[in-house]
Amino acid sequence: MGLSFSSLFSSLAWWSKDKDVRILMLGLDSAGKTTILYRLQIGEVVSTIPTIGFNVETVEYKNIKFQVWDLGGQSSIRPYWRCYFPNTSAIIYVIDSSDRDRMDTSRSELLTMLSEEELNGVPLLVFCNKQDIEGALRPEEISERLGLVGEKGREWSVRGSCATKGEGLEDGLDWLVNAIQKK
Amino acid sequence: MSLASKKDEESGLSTYYNNKTTVIQEARVFNDSPISPRKCRALLTRIVYLLYVGESFTTQEATTLFFGTTKLFQHKDSALRQMVYLAIKELATTAEDVIMVTSSIMKDMQPNSEVIYRPNAIRALCRIIDPSMTQGVERFFKAAIVDKNTSISSAALVSAYHLFPAAKDVVKRWVNEAQEAVNAKSSGSFFGTSSNTGSYLGWGSSSSSTQQSGYQATPSTSYITQYHALGLLYLIRQQDRMAVTKMIQQLGGGKTGNGTVLKNPMALCMLIRYAAKVMEEDPNIQRQMLDLIEGWLRHKSDMVNLEAARVICEMKNVTAQQLQKPIAVLQLFLSSPKSSLRFAATRTLATLALSHPTAVAACNLELEQLISDANRSVATYSITTLLKTGNEASVDRLMKQITGFMSEISDEFKVIIVDAIRSLCLKFPAKHASMLSFLSGVLRDEGGYDFKRAVVEAMFDMITFIGDCKEQALSHLCEFIEDCEFTKLSVRILHLLGIEGPKSQHPTKYIRYIYNRVVLENATVRAAAVASLAKFGLNSLDEKLGKSVKVLLNRCLDDIDDEVRDRAAMYLKVYQEPPLAEAYVKEESVFSLSALEAKLVSYISDPEASEQPFDVSSIPKISRAQAAKEVARPSTLETLGAPSTSKTATPPPPTAAETQSAYAQQLAEVPEFAAYGAVLSSSTKPAQLTESETEYQVSVVKHIFREHIVFQFNVSNTIPDTVLEQVSVVMQPAGEVTLTEDFLMPIPTLSSANSPGVVYWSFTRDTPEEYPIASFQCVLKFVSKEVDPSTGEPEDEGYEDEYSLEDTELSAADYIVPTYVTFNSEWDRLRGGASVTETFSLPAMQSLKAACESIIEILNMQPLGGSEDPQSPSVHTLQLSGLVAGGGGKALVQCRMTYLKGQGVTLELAVRAEKQESADLVVAAIM
Repeated sequence: MGLSFSSLFSSLAWWSKDKDVRILMLGLDSAGKTTILYRLQIGEVVSTIPTIGFNVETVEYKNIKFQVWDLGGQSSIRPYWRCYFPNTSAIIYVIDSSDRDRMDTSRSELLTMLSEEELNGVPLLVFCNKQDIEGALRPEEISERLGLVGEKGREWSVRGSCATKGEGLEDGLDWLVNAIQKK
Repeated sequence: MSLASKKDEESGLSTYYNNKTTVIQEARVFNDSPISPRKCRALLTRIVYLLYVGESFTTQEATTLFFGTTKLFQHKDSALRQMVYLAIKELATTAEDVIMVTSSIMKDMQPNSEVIYRPNAIRALCRIIDPSMTQGVERFFKAAIVDKNTSISSAALVSAYHLFPAAKDVVKRWVNEAQEAVNAKSSGSFFGTSSNTGSYLGWGSSSSSTQQSGYQATPSTSYITQYHALGLLYLIRQQDRMAVTKMIQQLGGGKTGNGTVLKNPMALCMLIRYAAKVMEEDPNIQRQMLDLIEGWLRHKSDMVNLEAARVICEMKNVTAQQLQKPIAVLQLFLSSPKSSLRFAATRTLATLALSHPTAVAACNLELEQLISDANRSVATYSITTLLKTGNEASVDRLMKQITGFMSEISDEFKVIIVDAIRSLCLKFPAKHASMLSFLSGVLRDEGGYDFKRAVVEAMFDMITFIGDCKEQALSHLCEFIEDCEFTKLSVRILHLLGIEGPKSQHPTKYIRYIYNRVVLENATVRAAAVASLAKFGLNSLDEKLGKSVKVLLNRCLDDIDDEVRDRAAMYLKVYQEPPLAEAYVKEESVFSLSALEAKLVSYISDPEASEQPFDVSSIPKISRAQAAKEVARPSTLETLGAPSTSKTATPPPPTAAETQSAYAQQLAEVPEFAAYGAVLSSSTKPAQLTESETEYQVSVVKHIFREHIVFQFNVSNTIPDTVLEQVSVVMQPAGEVTLTEDFLMPIPTLSSANSPGVVYWSFTRDTPEEYPIASFQCVLKFVSKEVDPSTGEPEDEGYEDEYSLEDTELSAADYIVPTYVTFNSEWDRLRGGASVTETFSLPAMQSLKAACESIIEILNMQPLGGSEDPQSPSVHTLQLSGLVAGGGGKALVQCRMTYLKGQGVTLELAVRAEKQESADLVVAAIM
């Protein structure tokens, strides 16, 4: 509790510098990005359709305003992610933990993105979503598979989440606020 | 004065601020954080401005700007958002991957979204959406169309209208909603669906309450939604004349027109146009429709009165009595204080005067007064109308008045006047002197290309149709090219001089004008001048002139331009070898351009064909007279009687060659035929296999390929409430044929809406060198299913049915294309080729004329030298030429015929062809 209070305090100070906190939320299709976005914004689980393009919403979390860009994950849309890279404060990468078949695809998309110059040093939060599904990979297993250990020059964290129940999201955001401030 | 200087200043500023490069550079503001809505809006305005003034962005530039624009969706400022939508709509056509904003737009379209966003979002969506996604937004669109808010409803209707061509089936299902929107009584207030009015004008803050009212025109009085809904309803139903008729009767509101639900005058105008169209297509309901339209002549809106009057005036075969009422309405408008009404009325009368000058003459008094109207456009139309209604005596007076204000009107109206004068010339040839001097006078005035072209074409027509003024007109044209800034016109005039000049009494006097062009003009004109000179030299009977021209041509050999030198050299060569002149200077035939184009296109698209040189001999030829007729369709004498501005004038029927290339395109879309190679020949017009009034209509077109023959059956289902499935045609050959069946391509489902459908039957020619002739009995087979009127879906159970058709013949005519040649020389040339002579007796023929017609039809060949019209009742020689498909080469036919009463026609048919098979084919056809 003490930690979150202090982080809140300092982030308010940093907010007053009048800078946008711009967060990109990426990941393969049907990983749960849009669900996470609206869970964070209005606190409800909304029924979603595949995002063609993007959704952008201002999410207020503990009095901080984040501008969250939820970009569609279909393979036809992935090439346009890069159009939205400039001025990014943090990346949230969402993975469907139960989708073992496409774990490798997810990994390579992530690594390609991280190699972009515009995203150098930008903190990365990976949500291993859909933890409630039976047979889902544990965050530790996914972390190992992603192989981010060698990633230098950036704060990163791999966390489990369940967007429909709202589990793990707040913890993740707390970590992210901290990481952004350190930058 | 001060206005002008302000304008200069503005344009100076705008070139600085509104230049493409600056705008693209400044697009960085889209990436700023936080976003400044004011700056972004200003920049978006400039982008849209640039697009509106015609600046074009490359795909990459547009895409970059587009993606920049999408980032502005993060900001909630409604004024900015509206600008974003405007920019997206404009950029959507050039930028790539516009689909990226789909989610953002759909979110703004949701009913819980702010009301000001919704119409904008809907209109933007139809520009970026992929037709396949239409289904996904269907539910939403249906709700939006019947939304109480008229802006939303209009936006949805207009978008549906734009989506229709790409997603017909989906949009068709929205017909009930559109109907509801037409019938909507007084529409709810603009803010009806919104509970949240305070935040529209984020930037307006405290003063928002005063600005709200000015934000949007009060929609409850305009009823514009009805106009949009009617447009969509018509688009959906336009193929179904019965439904359109019903709609007009329903919305028309009875004989007086008072019962109509339509309150929007534009909607009523559209309804009048639809009524006019229906009336033209189906004479049976003309009476009812006319009653409706006459009722609208008394509507309280001027717009509706005018439209109704105009429609009656443009009706085909309108009687003098029917014209009385509309002309009375227009006559009233002529003395209206509103110049737009005067303009509309004079314009309609000017058009009507072409076909019904006596009916319009009733308004002459009012029209005379309008000659001095301050509005020059009104004055122009009234004068041209008077020119048409007036008699020969008044022509001179009117001409004087026109000359007075020619310099005060715009080019567009000058063209109208020149056209009027042109038709007047042809009507009163005796007055040609004064008109010619008028035309030559205006030719010296300032004016743009369109105006000058109209004058030159008017003079061309005078040269063609009024022999007396030829010399005079030619010398005026000669003077004109001395100082003509339009290369195209110079070239045309030089060409005409080359044709008409040598025939005149003193050809020498034109030489100076033409040679001056060689000295003074640009390369294109010089080349035309050389060709024209050569025609003088080679066509003239005067030996001396020929020599002088040769000297001039020799000088042209030193020209700096290749084309000019080449032409000079070629013509000099022709001088040395007179036989060449026959082919290159006096040749009367030219290639049929559309056929040449079609063959070249298929040659280029077929990679295998390029191994061999292009075969020019397979292109049919037409005579120069025919070619001129094709090119000059709109300007010839026959069409002068018809109003040239009228949209209802039907386009001329496509020529045979044009239909051929259309078929080739159709076939190219069927993958099964890709391996067959190019189509060698297709029937020129479909042969009907049913009566024209039957339930199912079938016609057949035959396509000849090198090794295959394809029968294309066009099948129409005219019954709206049945659907035919598995439609096929059974072909039963009569006797032995040298064709092997390949496959049949049936039509899966055929309704009245998607008619006509096409059934293909493909056959292989057993021996490609031969030309099989056969006859087939044909039967149409299908499964018939009734359509449930409530759902529009066909019922599950159907029954098999057959429908017998007339026989399909595969005859010689299918292999032959008519072509133009100079008969005598070609006949001599083929002396050594294959030749067959046979004598036939045709006792059934009642005259030589009938015999000629049936031979031409059977052989599908081109009659030459007017030989299709027998001059003597007893003896005649018919000369025909054609090209045999598939490398059969030329075939010429000479038919000598005699006619004796009681014995019919005796025919001696002599065929000369490049190949024996071709000659045999022709003879076999007659047998």
